Amino acid sequence: MRKLLFESLIRPPLTERPPQVSDAAVDELARALDGVARKRLGRSLSIRAVDAGSCNGCELEMHALNNAFYDIERFGFRFVASPRHADVLLVTGPVTKNMREALKRVWDATPNPKWVVALGGCAKDGGCFAGSYAVVGGVSDVMPVDLHIPGCPPPPIEILKGLIALLDGANGKAGALQPPRRETSGQSN
Amino acid sequence: MPALADLIEAGRRIEHQIPWPRAVVAPKTWNLAVEQLVSGRWSLLGLWGEPDKVHMALLDEALDVGVISLDCRGGRYPSVGQHHAPALRLERAAADLFGLAPQGLPDTRRWLDHGQWGVSHPLAAQPGGPAGASSYRFLAAEGESLHQIAVGPVHAGIIEPGHFRFTAGGETVVRLEERLGYVHKGIEGLMAGAPIERAAKLAGRTSGDSTVAYSLVFARAVEAALGIEVPARAIWLRALMAELERLANHLGDIGAICNDAAFAIMHAHCGVLRERVLRAADAAFGHRLMRDRILPGGTANDLDEAGTGAIRSLVAEIRQRFPHLVELYDNTASLQDRTVATGRLKVEFARQYAAGGYVGRASGRDFDARRTPGYAPYDELAFDVPVLQEGDVNARVWIRVREVEQSLSLVEQILGRLPGGPIRVDIAADNVADGLREAMALVEGFRGDIMVWLRIGGDGTIERCHMRDPSWFQWPLLEAAIEGNIVADFPICNKSFNCSYSGHDL
Repeated sequence: MRKLLFESLIRPPLTERPPQVSDAAVDELARALDGVARKRLGRSLSIRAVDAGSCNGCELEMHALNNAFYDIERFGFRFVASPRHADVLLVTGPVTKNMREALKRVWDATPNPKWVVALGGCAKDGGCFAGSYAVVGGVSDVMPVDLHIPGCPPPPIEILKGLIALLDGANGKAGALQPPRRETSGQSN
Repeated sequence: MPALADLIEAGRRIEHQIPWPRAVVAPKTWNLAVEQLVSGRWSLLGLWGEPDKVHMALLDEALDVGVISLDCRGGRYPSVGQHHAPALRLERAAADLFGLAPQGLPDTRRWLDHGQWGVSHPLAAQPGGPAGASSYRFLAAEGESLHQIAVGPVHAGIIEPGHFRFTAGGETVVRLEERLGYVHKGIEGLMAGAPIERAAKLAGRTSGDSTVAYSLVFARAVEAALGIEVPARAIWLRALMAELERLANHLGDIGAICNDAAFAIMHAHCGVLRERVLRAADAAFGHRLMRDRILPGGTANDLDEAGTGAIRSLVAEIRQRFPHLVELYDNTASLQDRTVATGRLKVEFARQYAAGGYVGRASGRDFDARRTPGYAPYDELAFDVPVLQEGDVNARVWIRVREVEQSLSLVEQILGRLPGGPIRVDIAADNVADGLREAMALVEGFRGDIMVWLRIGGDGTIERCHMRDPSWFQWPLLEAAIEGNIVADFPICNKSFNCSYSGHDL
């Protein structure tokens, strides 16, 4: 452990910073996100992830948001363990019929004001699973959706962009319980 | 002692099944095969239904693969699960989907069907009316002062949904029972009648972390059925993607297991290496998880010099950093205290369930589909299959560590010998003009062997496709491994298995 810790002292940080480690976009995004998040919510937005039937691809990229490159917590975004602590439900997957009831209960357990973000192509309209006897469809077939982040799965950077869009929307209607529904731009498949 | 080939010889051989034989057998032969499973000489690779048939894929002592099928008169057949427990959930699933009734099945509770579909037996020739929701009776555990803990389907992290019912005496788990099926999407139903391209997309979305392995096993089955020769370069590129996927998942798992033992530094460093793999995959193949990059007939992308460079520097970085992490894992007593002797899976169970991947190999089962039955290009590559006997969380970590090292070597070997030429051939529809074609394929995903069996109809669409995730034979073993451990050790045991929900639920 000493060796690793010592190396950490002399190695540059991995956390996305000016272009050097990777895309300048991440840094730009980081600054924008920071400003928006602070303005609207002080410094915190609690996210509850709910897999309503996904293939687990979206979850992998959500996990990546917590790694040293994206380090989503530095913006005040935090994945929480209970819907009672959540501001945002981040829902993935085509909603399966076997998960519909559980998803509704999560929604009911989340205090107002709350937002729902549908993550990935399947969460929008069921994706390639639409039409199955076992699938309800997209998240909006079960609850109101404030934002959809497309992609299969959306890369972490797109998820971050989507969360900014959500905060932008929320700021536009500060105080309102339900911000306008909108869609982020970006790749879709 | 019969060999599998003898049983197949005794049945009515299906001519158009490739590459392993299939035969429709008499109930007597079927039961003879079940006896071989019970005796432990053979392994069950899969069991699945069709509206009027049930199929069983088997692996015999000589590691020969074959499929036997039984006509189900009146939708009935003699249950395999009553004698050989690994078939239990597979039979319950086939009962839910096709309405097949295994005679003598000791557990007749519905498995995938939670009474929500609005239809029963959706894949049967004549689906029935709504099944209606009924409460699920969990298996009983009796004793003084036992209490139950219900967890899920929605879990407290970024995890797939499933329900765990613990019965505990104090802190000690007396019984764990899983209830799965929450993410059942009806993939096999969607595949029936679908064109090959659409079915390939569905296969690649069966389990997100194994999208490469699923695309590969599906493509291999289609190519076998249609008699398509895939260009050499594509075969090697596919193996390259498969090893990158294995690296990413193993690195992520090693970190996540340590994180469940409150050792976050490993999680952070392994997370960095995993992200590096995904970025290299993105640079090389244009998608972080390499989704839809393997298609029947070849690959979607070629690898250019920049991509090769990205992968080479990835290998160099992991080779430099990973040994320090392994050393840290090995030298941290508090971490070893949590992983050694925790969640021990007995060697007998791993053998009985034919557990694939690190779950089986950490408990003495020396099996890897890349080696046996094997497929190109692994026959031309040098690699070891690590096997341990301890069967605890620690052993499952070490199997992953050794496999990371093997995959790094495989990636280097592949890059060094990558043949030139085209990366794809057309899968022409006229290939199927002469009627039905069946095929089966077995591919080693990071989690274990994935099996696909499919039949392509005369019109070139998928008539029936069955995909069997390794998790089918690993989930039940988690129930066995946790017994006698404390509730607080469940997360670390569960993570060390890392079974797929979506791949299992289909």
